[in-house]
Amino acid sequence: MMELLSGTLLLLGTFFILLSAIGILKMPDLYTRMSATTKASTLGIGLVLIGTTLYWQDFGIASRSIAIILFLFLTAPVAAHIIGRAAYFGGEPLWDETRIDELQGKQKNNHS
Amino acid sequence: MSFMEWAVQLSVIFIGLSILVIFLRLVIGPSIENRIVALDLLSANAIAFIAVYSIQKNTTTFLDVGIIVALLAFLGTVAFAFYLGRRKRQ
Repeated sequence: MMELLSGTLLLLGTFFILLSAIGILKMPDLYTRMSATTKASTLGIGLVLIGTTLYWQDFGIASRSIAIILFLFLTAPVAAHIIGRAAYFGGEPLWDETRIDELQGKQKNNHS
Repeated sequence: MSFMEWAVQLSVIFIGLSILVIFLRLVIGPSIENRIVALDLLSANAIAFIAVYSIQKNTTTFLDVGIIVALLAFLGTVAFAFYLGRRKRQ
């Protein structure tokens, strides 16, 4: 029973990781690429690690997996924000069909 | 072949396939920011691959490597972004 749950979680996490890989290849500009990869890969790695924890059922493995999951969930948004900010103020172009650009014309104020 | 072995084999195959696809973006990425995002995602996939590989090879020592890879990936991304911001500012 536990093996069934663990295998299902592994396959689900692998599916999300594959989705993030397809997203980084097919999305039109950097910001949509980051939007696809950050969320999907974080969820996929979380599911894979929970599946690993359920397979081993050991306290040491569980603590390591939870440490990795917590660290990833804390640092993935920070890293994406920092890269997105550096890219936007560095002049990385937006997609042609972007409708709303709320930071337009504010480079001087926020740049300091 | 039990369901667990089947699931682990399939996971290894598809995580390896996604690592290949991300390498494609790393090679063709039009700017350096795209390459940094691809490197970040590559290290994240390495953690998932390590977790699945530890089930396949029946050893638990590899999960420590996962923690270190996660730390180094975040540190590398922040350092890249810092120097990117300094380069563009001048």
